[in-house]
Amino acid sequence: MTDMSTASIQSNYMEMVRRKRLYGGAALSLFALVMVSGFMLADSRNAGGFWQGIPNIFDFPRDVWKDTLPKLDQLPSHFATYFPSLIETINIAAVSTLLGSMLAILLSLFATRGLAKYPALIGPVRRIMDILRAFPEIVIALVLIFILGGGPVPAMIAIAFHTAGSLGKLFSEVNENADLKPIEGLSSVGATWTQRMWLGVIPQVAPNYFSYAILRFEINIRASAILGFVGAGGIGYELKNAMSWGQGKYDDAAAIFILLFATIVVFDQLSSYVRDRLISKGGH
Amino acid sequence: MAAADYYQNADRLFARKRLFGFAVPAVILAYLVYVFFAFDILGLAERARMENARVLISDMYSHKVLVTRDNRNGEISYSVEGERKGDYPEGQRPTWVLGEETQTISVDLDGGLVAHFLPGNELRVDVPDFGPVEARMDGRAVVTNLDPNNLPEWVSLSWSRLDVTLPDGRVTFTRNKTEAFNYFIGWELFFFTLSSPYHGHGVFSILFGEQIDPTRSNIAGAWNDFWGNPMWRHSEVAWAIFETLLMAFLGTMGAAIIALPLAFLAAKNFTPLGPIRFAVRRVFDFIRGVDSLIFTIILSRAFGPGVLTGTLAILITDTGTFGKMFSESLENVDKKQIEGIESTGAKTIQRYRFGVIPQVTPIFLSQILFSLESSTRSATIIGATTGGGIGLLLTQAIYTQKDWEEVTYYIILVILLVMLMDQFSGWLRHKLIGKKD
Repeated sequence: MTDMSTASIQSNYMEMVRRKRLYGGAALSLFALVMVSGFMLADSRNAGGFWQGIPNIFDFPRDVWKDTLPKLDQLPSHFATYFPSLIETINIAAVSTLLGSMLAILLSLFATRGLAKYPALIGPVRRIMDILRAFPEIVIALVLIFILGGGPVPAMIAIAFHTAGSLGKLFSEVNENADLKPIEGLSSVGATWTQRMWLGVIPQVAPNYFSYAILRFEINIRASAILGFVGAGGIGYELKNAMSWGQGKYDDAAAIFILLFATIVVFDQLSSYVRDRLISKGGH
Repeated sequence: MAAADYYQNADRLFARKRLFGFAVPAVILAYLVYVFFAFDILGLAERARMENARVLISDMYSHKVLVTRDNRNGEISYSVEGERKGDYPEGQRPTWVLGEETQTISVDLDGGLVAHFLPGNELRVDVPDFGPVEARMDGRAVVTNLDPNNLPEWVSLSWSRLDVTLPDGRVTFTRNKTEAFNYFIGWELFFFTLSSPYHGHGVFSILFGEQIDPTRSNIAGAWNDFWGNPMWRHSEVAWAIFETLLMAFLGTMGAAIIALPLAFLAAKNFTPLGPIRFAVRRVFDFIRGVDSLIFTIILSRAFGPGVLTGTLAILITDTGTFGKMFSESLENVDKKQIEGIESTGAKTIQRYRFGVIPQVTPIFLSQILFSLESSTRSATIIGATTGGGIGLLLTQAIYTQKDWEEVTYYIILVILLVMLMDQFSGWLRHKLIGKKD
């Protein structure tokens, strides 16, 4: 009797395992098929094929290396030349992070249940944030370049908009976890909405806001370098120019590569250090 | 004594907080002032071309129909947006154009603004509340009845060109041609160009009405003309969107496949060997440090512009990010499950398969799906710089600086695409992992 049921349990279990394996295997092979055919399609739609291109992948780094090596002594002066545009790139990122987070704080307070001044606006404000987030920076930047001319301002506005959208979402998630008791206390003594938010919510959530904003700043440095490449000023613009001078003059490009790389690594490390400190201090 | 100390302490704390409360906004303000001058915001007001902004905004929601007279041979043509693809078929013209083409034609631009193309290459524009503006060529110079020292603000006049721009329409006059622009709301040729027999028919009359083109059935013909619309190029746009999605999907998934084994090498609890761990981590740091922009440049030198280049750029960039995130989650796995499996005599591979993978799969999946949405956006941007996908179409349309209605259309498509990807990845995460976020 017991034997029977053990056997049936075992067979049931094996049956289940087999079915699960079958499904898993089918899903996995479907995935593999999609990946392979996708890559083949992408390969066929490319100007040069993958297998022809793979031996050349280090051609460009080698060219840059060859151009730079004999002029190694000029690198410091190149660094000095391009340092101002690097500062501009960092400024673009910093200002857009600053303005974007201010807008994000406002949007997030309007989009959080329990805090919103006008609860009816929660849905629309969230949709606005979705749209701001979905706008690729490059689009806003290019359109603004058409109107405002080249320079840092189009990039700044473009990145600020995107930052407002993505930080707004993160901030409103932080707000949802905020303790409502200080707000109730403040409203019991007759504080206005602005006072309740400023004195009751912001002090609670500021460390988390700051941590997200720092992370965003790091992302925005990359974004502002890319936008420079399409004409929005900063180091990206210089890189594009240096690249267009062609072979034999890549030493400028090499200097810019190094500057950009160093900047990103420094800010990457800095941001993770600051965020670690914030978290270990009990930010959340 | 003790109480006084406390008071003093509290006072000092308050003073410091108050100082901090003022210092932070002051520093931010000072920085913004510095940037205000560093970015030359004042000069921007001069450099900004508000004219461009007006053209852009009006182009976004409206279209223009051009009536052009070639002043060298007197030929008159009618077209939407002034493009060959938008030409009116031979023998047809807009209903607001009157008169014999060999004599005088009158172009009614609404609101009382009428342009008369007179014989002898002369032009008369009746402007409401002003009177007629007359122009003719004298040799190579434009001669008008306007006082050059007292021109109305809607006229721009130079030696060789007259330009009358009013809200209802615009007329330009040069030696080579006379043009009248009439503006209308909407994207006129979005579904069918004027060369298609289905232009101007509603959905109902195409689906259920009489056969419009005797050689083709209505639905097949209409679909064919819509899909192959030379002005809006719907089939190309659809293909471009597919390419963008392909780049995002292949890049993200490929990166996950590559990052997974490497992440084990970078995790403290799976690779006790310090040097290997250090090396793999520095590789991840390096990849994240070399921006996707630089990868794009290098890759497009090797593979040429196109979808594969974009895919590989996303793949490499995401590998760095995934490697870091995966190895961090691997360091947080629960030891007990692995020890339990080990106690049954499992080999290393089995320990990983049954002890580690089930624990980290939900976390990894959620990270991968989360970055699928941001990869879609990167794919647009990378497509714009290396060529491929909707990003390329978008930047091309922006660089031509005249097809702003197409730019608007592509922007809407991109935003919808990214938002859909966001929804889809959230939904899939919910399905696979069983909780939101």
